Amino acid sequence: MAMDRVALASAPAGERVDASPETAFAKAPAAYVETRRRMSMNGWATLLIFLPPALLLFTIFVALPMVEAGWYSFFNWNGFGRPEKFIGLKNYVWLSGNPAFTRALINNGLIIVASLLVQLPLALGVALLIAGRMTGAVWFRMIFFLPYILADVAAGLIWRFMLDGQIGIPAIVTSLLGLQPFYLLGSTDWAFSAVLIVILWKYFGFHMMLYIAGLQGIDREMLEAAEMDGTQPYQRFWHITLPLLGPMIRLSIFFSVVGALQLFDIIVPLTGGGPFDTTHTMVSFLYYFGITRMRVGFGSAVGVVLFVICVTFAFGYRRLFMRDD
Amino acid sequence: MRGLPAIVAFASLVVLAVAVLLPIGLTALNGFKELGELQTHPFGLPRVWMWSNYRDILTSLRYWQVLGNSLLIAALTVFLTLAVSSMAAFTFAHLRFFGDRFLLSYIMLGLLFPVATAILPLFIKIRDLGLLDSYWGIVLPQVAFSLAMSILLLRVAFKQLPTELLDAAMMDGCGYFRYFFFITLPLSGPVLSTVAIISFVGSWNGYLLPLVVLNSESRYPWTLGLMAYQGQYTTSWQLVLAFITLTILPAILIFLLAQRYIVAGLTAGAVKA
Repeated sequence: MAMDRVALASAPAGERVDASPETAFAKAPAAYVETRRRMSMNGWATLLIFLPPALLLFTIFVALPMVEAGWYSFFNWNGFGRPEKFIGLKNYVWLSGNPAFTRALINNGLIIVASLLVQLPLALGVALLIAGRMTGAVWFRMIFFLPYILADVAAGLIWRFMLDGQIGIPAIVTSLLGLQPFYLLGSTDWAFSAVLIVILWKYFGFHMMLYIAGLQGIDREMLEAAEMDGTQPYQRFWHITLPLLGPMIRLSIFFSVVGALQLFDIIVPLTGGGPFDTTHTMVSFLYYFGITRMRVGFGSAVGVVLFVICVTFAFGYRRLFMRDD
Repeated sequence: MRGLPAIVAFASLVVLAVAVLLPIGLTALNGFKELGELQTHPFGLPRVWMWSNYRDILTSLRYWQVLGNSLLIAALTVFLTLAVSSMAAFTFAHLRFFGDRFLLSYIMLGLLFPVATAILPLFIKIRDLGLLDSYWGIVLPQVAFSLAMSILLLRVAFKQLPTELLDAAMMDGCGYFRYFFFITLPLSGPVLSTVAIISFVGSWNGYLLPLVVLNSESRYPWTLGLMAYQGQYTTSWQLVLAFITLTILPAILIFLLAQRYIVAGLTAGAVKA
């Protein structure tokens, strides 16, 4: 242990955190001074008992399937026997020519755009109002966060009822105006907006909570000092609050995009991808066209596309925007 | 803020709060209606309160079975996640060995991997392991996919415990095992509960994995049970609404009781990753 402490003392406090492996893929370790020491028998025993369960589980159920998805995607395989019909990149060619998949990609993009342009500003606005000492702030916080804890499936089903043409919100509007019932979820033009509504309803409270946490970390004295200097509220927001919230905003954008790319649970109860496959996301496409029809190769190709998009985004985003966070 | 702006702000928050609560409230309320009334008067209080809609579900085996299945799956997932990830996090926090940083980075890749990519090969693997249509077929992948986040959170917390503790314990002849069980774990209550909350909520609300793994309705967790119920009573919205209300009720009640911990747990997990 003595050696360990030497290593500890020789590195400045800040550097130890920097050099920790979980940030290793975000940053190159600058100066990781490490004194390797002999591990005792006790240490080896601990290692051999404590580490294998995690490594095994992770390898069998996460890492291997990821690699296998890449491998299977070159085959035409219904899941029985071994994959034998090697077809090269044909699955990907079929995928690129599939209008439902193109639509799914666009839909994923729309979710991202809607999240960034509507959800995050709304969450930030509400957070700014609530973070102050407003009456009932605790209650508002709780109410806005509530949908986040519900399962996506339940949220989707609740909104399928809310948007039903006969018993939902569209029914009030049409009956008030004396129009024919309007089946929003059955309309190829409008059904996807339902997905966006549910996402907004369910997730804006989560982002609000992130912003509130960020706002609470801001030094009040700085804002008070600026106020004494005669600045306007919008100036304080623009020049102090917003920059200091930067890390939290970048984080919240990250979650929005990653969540949007992987969205699935809401689609099934709400639209099932219909009408005419206009409301799929990548994952619901994978489910309806790959899993339910047991087209393992084709479905895996969808998974690989999803994987590439997610990982590229995650790496690129961290490298570009989250370097200093 | 004072005066008019404060009032406007407050009023808009109230409107927003009502809009957020409305779907849940209407779902619960319309579960009390008769089908005919639901179709003619979907909004407003029920004229005839059909308590039987709720009573029939509450006295059905099906309802308790799906909740019980979910609870069992979530409990197993939480327990295994805590056990496996705290042990791994402990080695990564305190032991230096050849390849330690490589192995940690390897597991941390799990933070980036979308579950859906692995779902088809995972299905094949679960089938080949004979775990199809069993709880373990859901629990093990759930644990595996939550490892990255759990180990990340736990390792940071374990490292933050004062090193003097470890030194003193070692000096007194306490091995790593005893240090882990009698010092590390008891001192890590908050982070362990954060990990437990994250993995419980994830498992309780999980849908894709059980959907792919399970066939027998008797093993369905509530998310699948809800969809099956909806498929069966498509034309009787009032029953579906009552069923939704009763299945989301446990989550809402627990949230109201332990709001502080749940919010802190779910957001802390997100922020620290």
